[in-house]
This record gives sequence, C-alpha cells and structure tokens, in this order.
Amino acid sequence: MPATARKTMPKTPDHPLEALIRSDRIPHIWCPGCGIGTAFAAALTAMATSGLDLQKTCMVSGIGCSGRAAGYVNLDSFHTTHGRAIPFATGLKLGNPALNVVVFSGDGDLFAIGGNHFIHAARRNMDLTVICLNNLNYGMTGGQVAATTPFHARTTTTPMGNPEAPFNLPLLAWASGATYVARWTILHTRELTECIQKAIRKSGFSFIEVLGPCPVNYGRRNKEKSLQTLKMYQERTIIRNDPRMDDLEVDFTRQVVLGEFVDKDRPTCIENYDKTCRILE
Amino acid sequence: MTGDEACAEGALAAGCRFFGGYPITPATEIAEHMSKRLPEVGGTFIQMEDEIAAIASVLGGAWSGQKSMTATSGPGFSLMMENVGLGVCTETPCVVVNVQRVGPSTGLPTMGAQADMMQARWGSHGDYRIIALAPMSAQEIFYQTITAFNLSERYRTPVFVMTDEIVGHMSEKVVIPPADQIVCEWRPKPKGRKDRFLLYKPGKNGVAPMPAAGEGYNVHVTGLTHDEKGYPVMSVEAQQQMMDRLCHKIDDNLDDIVMTEAHGLEDAEVVLVSYGISARTSLAAMHQARAAGMKVGFLRLITVWPFPQERIAALAERVKALVTVEINLGQIHLEVMRAAAGRTACHLVGHAGGTIISPDQVIATLKEVL
Amino acid sequence: MEFWRVPLDTNTIEIAHGEVHIIEDRCKGCGYCIEFCPRSILAFAERFNAKGYHPPEVLRPEGCVNCHYCEIICPEFAIFSVAAPPPAPTA
Repeated sequence: MPATARKTMPKTPDHPLEALIRSDRIPHIWCPGCGIGTAFAAALTAMATSGLDLQKTCMVSGIGCSGRAAGYVNLDSFHTTHGRAIPFATGLKLGNPALNVVVFSGDGDLFAIGGNHFIHAARRNMDLTVICLNNLNYGMTGGQVAATTPFHARTTTTPMGNPEAPFNLPLLAWASGATYVARWTILHTRELTECIQKAIRKSGFSFIEVLGPCPVNYGRRNKEKSLQTLKMYQERTIIRNDPRMDDLEVDFTRQVVLGEFVDKDRPTCIENYDKTCRILE
Repeated sequence: MTGDEACAEGALAAGCRFFGGYPITPATEIAEHMSKRLPEVGGTFIQMEDEIAAIASVLGGAWSGQKSMTATSGPGFSLMMENVGLGVCTETPCVVVNVQRVGPSTGLPTMGAQADMMQARWGSHGDYRIIALAPMSAQEIFYQTITAFNLSERYRTPVFVMTDEIVGHMSEKVVIPPADQIVCEWRPKPKGRKDRFLLYKPGKNGVAPMPAAGEGYNVHVTGLTHDEKGYPVMSVEAQQQMMDRLCHKIDDNLDDIVMTEAHGLEDAEVVLVSYGISARTSLAAMHQARAAGMKVGFLRLITVWPFPQERIAALAERVKALVTVEINLGQIHLEVMRAAAGRTACHLVGHAGGTIISPDQVIATLKEVL
Repeated sequence: MEFWRVPLDTNTIEIAHGEVHIIEDRCKGCGYCIEFCPRSILAFAERFNAKGYHPPEVLRPEGCVNCHYCEIICPEFAIFSVAAPPPAPTA
C-alpha cells in the first residue's frame, strides 16, 4: 500500500452499527454482562440489513432497563410511560401506516403493567414488531419478582422464593393472535437477528422473546454469574420447530425450547380497517 | 345536534384525523360519531382496550404527524393522567375532552358535574402548566374544540376541553361554518439542517418546532428530564431548565391563551364567576338580579386554566363580593379566593353534582351578599 | 479441532481472515467475547480501561476467521472484526 493511501485511511474503522447508535450516549446504562445490549445490537443489525427505509423506521420503548433502548437508537425513537409502549406504537402506526414500528421493551413493562395492551395489539394484528428482553425480573428497580420470574426464584420481593407461576410468553402471544412468534437467547444472536429481520419485514403483529441475563439483580440472588447463565443457554436449551405451545415454559431445571414457533398470515388491523370502514362510493 | 356530536364535528373541522377512544358515559357519543366520520375524511378511529391505551395511542398519533384526540369522563380521565404528563413533558399537541360526570369513583355516570376542574389542573404528577377550556353550549363546544386544537398546536401541549354531561347530551342548534371560515393551525415545522435539529430549542413564542416521525430528524422523545436535544439528563439544572421552558411557553403567552367574557362589570357591586354549563345559570341569574335592581356582573371563564388571575385580582379591588357558581363543592372557588387574596368576600354557589344549579340558588346567595 | 479424516478439498478452501478492533473504553468486562470466541483468540488484558474494567485483547490475531461472533455477542458495541487479507504464510 502506498504511503499516501495509508495516510487518508482512518486509523480504526467504525463499529458496523455506529451510524445506528447515538454514540454520544454510549456507554449505555446497562450493567456488565446484561443481555439487553446484545439483544439491542441484534435488533439494530436486523433493522440495518432488513432493506427497510430506516428514515421510516421508529423504535418505541416503555420503562425499565430495556425501555432505555429507544434512547440509544439513532432513529426516531420514543421512550414512553411504563407499560404503554404498545398503545403509543399503535397510534404512531395508525397515524402514519408508512412507518415501520419496532417496540423494544422488557418483560415487566410488556407483560405485567402492559399485558393488556400486548394481547389486544396481537388480537387486532397491529402491524408492529415487539421485541421483549426477558431477564426474568424488574432490573431497573433492583430485582423484584415479575410476571416471568420462574417458580421459586429469589428476588427482593420474593425473598423465600417466588410462590407464583410465570407466563409462557409464546403461548400467550399465540393465543392472542400474533402472526409471528419466536424465542431465542442472547447467545443465539445470529438466529435472533435473522428472526427479528424476518419479523420486521413481515406485516402483522410479530413477537420475539429474547432471554438475557440480569447478572446484578437476578443472577446474584439466584447464584448465577452471567457467564454461567450463558452456559445454561448453551446447554439447557433445545431448538424445536413446531413445538407444543404449552411446552414453552422458561424452566431451566428442564430444557427451554427455542425457535420460531409461529409464522402465519392474516390481515392486519389497518388492512381490515381500510376494507371495512373506508367504503368508497 | 348534541354537544358531544358538535365536539366531534369541531375536531374534524380542526383537522383532527386520529381518535383513540374508549367508551364511557357521557362521552361515548363523541367516539361513536368519530368512528363514523373519521374514515370518511381519511382519518383513523380506533377503540383501544382502556383509557390508558387511548391516550397513549393519541400521543403516538400526534407524533405520527396527525392532529389527535380522545374523549372521556371522570374515571377515564383519572386513568389518562400519567400519559397527560408524558404529553406535557414531551410537548406533544393533542386534545383531551372530559365530558364531566359525577364523582368520585363511578359516582352518577349519567349525570353532570364540574368536579374534575382541579384534576384537570393538577391531575398528573409533578409541576406543569395546562390549558383547559370550558364550553357552555353545543355551538360553543364546536368552536372551542377547534380552539383547543389550535392552542395545542401553537403551544405543543395537551389541551383539555372540560365540558360536562349536560352540555354533552343537550341537543341544540349548531351552525357549522364553511371550511374557509375556520382557522386551523399546525405545530411549527422545523427548518434547516436535520442533523443539527434540536427538538426542544424554543423558537417564536417559546415553542420549539416539531417534526413528525419518519421525516428524518431522528428525534428522541422521552418523559425523562431532557435537554434541548431531547436526551435524558439526570441533573437538577436540566430539570430546572426544562421546567422553565415548559412553564414559560404558557406563562409568557397568557394574553393569547386566557379568554374571558365580561357581562355588566362596569357598575357591578357583586360579580358572578362561572364557566361551562353553570355560566348559563349565572347569566340567567345576572339578568334576573339586574331586573330586580341588584348591581350584579358576570365574568365567564372561557379558559379555566391558565386561571385568569389578574382579571379576578383587579375585580377583587373594587367589588363587594365574588360569587363562584360551579357544580362541585368549591374548586375554581378556591382559585378565586386565592386570586382575591382577602381583598373581597368570596362565596360559592355549588352542590355535590347531578343536576344544574338553578338561577334561584344564585339569586338567594346574591340577596344574602348584597 | 480434530477430524477423523482430512477433507478432500482442504487445500482449495480459503479460510476467511479477520482483524479484530476493540474500542476499549466502551468495554465493561463481561468476558462474553473471550469465552465464546470459537477460535479462542481473545483474553482479558492486564491493563484497565478508563472505566476500570479489563478489556479483551487479541492474543492470536492470525487465528481470527472474521466470524463476527465477538461483535454480535458484545452488549457494548465495543468489539468488531473486519475482513483482512490472510496472514503471510509462515515459513
């Protein structure tokens, strides 16, 4: 290489996602070993490679650790109230159907306080891609029990172990009418990225559950270091196509099923509204 | 048409093209009318799963670039409050209509009251300013809904139309003027380089221009305390700056926002202060009182929030008493007392809700005062 | 890695080669890239970064096959690889 060419070349190339992140806000708030960053990066890669017009692509988040995702994506991004990312996204999409709307939020936000909105958006087949980072607890507030915390797991509000059963999220999404449902862990980031990309390009309500460690708040109380959690993702998961939907509990004492569980088509909310309500004379 | 229908027509005339609703007596008719009319004009109606979803979808609708609204009553208004705060904090223009019914709780769902006035002012947590209008007739609800949209667009803030079951359900003649006689304002649009755009840098009137999603400005909108760029900043200074901006854009434009209507104030010894349906009671009472020789004036609050404090303070200097007429146990009455600051006597004609106040009740109080 | 036989076309396959870039000050030391690098070419550095974590460093740069796994598992946007010409054959 001639010396002059070397001079004009940047010393270090940029990170491939540099243009999609608000690098002036990096480092992000997520703890060392937290799975949100990986899932978020997968979502960004999927968006970048989806072929969609990124100017027309928005991210909406709720509240919580995962809810901070919207603050780091260099696109139109909305950090809303706790649990309300989906209805906000619904308004955004209905107001301008040309937008591609991705909801990125956590399990507490989407399935406890926001559970009602999730099932209704799935029922009406709103054209949204919902990515749920499931870290099995409320991380932002210090590790309280969530609607996804495994039975008997310890959190700050279940010091003797969780007496309740968690949601089976893919089953819930399927039963509510979602047209695309998948689950991966952050270790399976290639498959995860492919599925997010597929979900973004697909019309209708898509749901992707991403299992990711919360080492500081969940892991610490359940004797799991983040690397151990990832090893568990490696050793105690199985990829299964067409599984029984009621066999998808997140229970690492048994095997946790990963994969693409639902991929079907039905008319979206907007298509049905246009056909039913906009009767042209 | 009914007040509720006139409200919906006013919204359409103002350019509203997104309605996220949830049924609730006595506001349901607004949603019903919008569900029929919005698709006819190229807009979208959706009935959400609850009022929280309704207001959240309205905020989303506003950021998609549409003029957006919802309509509700007491219980739904309570549920919406957190997201009203998000609307204020993120400077999102939208209109929320509250067709007030009797509370607290489920109360008397089919009967009118004006007891959400303080909730309208302070219902969401934290400090903030809000704009609330109070129409007194079906015709006026038509115009005030348009005004509400214009104010919300001009100042990038949620605006309340605080009507009530009586106005909402009353059928009256409503004249809808031709479209070219209706002024429709839009939020200020950004100009200049997109990569240097600052989402909350105030322009004219202290209001920042607002792009819509998908226009390439890569905005970040958050309910966290944020700087002019819209980025979260967790500091006392950033909070003070943000609040200064949010408050100043309203406080510095009171002359433009606050609307009142004066009747016979010149020689008045006692002035009635009222708004909404009770303004009609008060107007009738004033005429009866004057016919009986009492020197009574009437100040109607068209804008209830921001409160016309200076106006009341000036009146308090020279009248014998201020009598607030409202269907509650004393809400705006408290504001009148605060503005009067002991300079004149303040009385309330009100009750716990369920029916209008009759002019006779006002006359009875006037007789005691004079 | 051991094969029970050498693939027939092993001489004709060109193994991709990559160059790892580390943005040290973004690293929070989770160690995912180190643990899950399929070629085990990374290790914690002795030194600390500005935040007080040990960032990864490349022990065997010639071993990188540009699979990008470190890049996509990293939660911090702190490591990535780019295609590079194959290392000069050792004599």
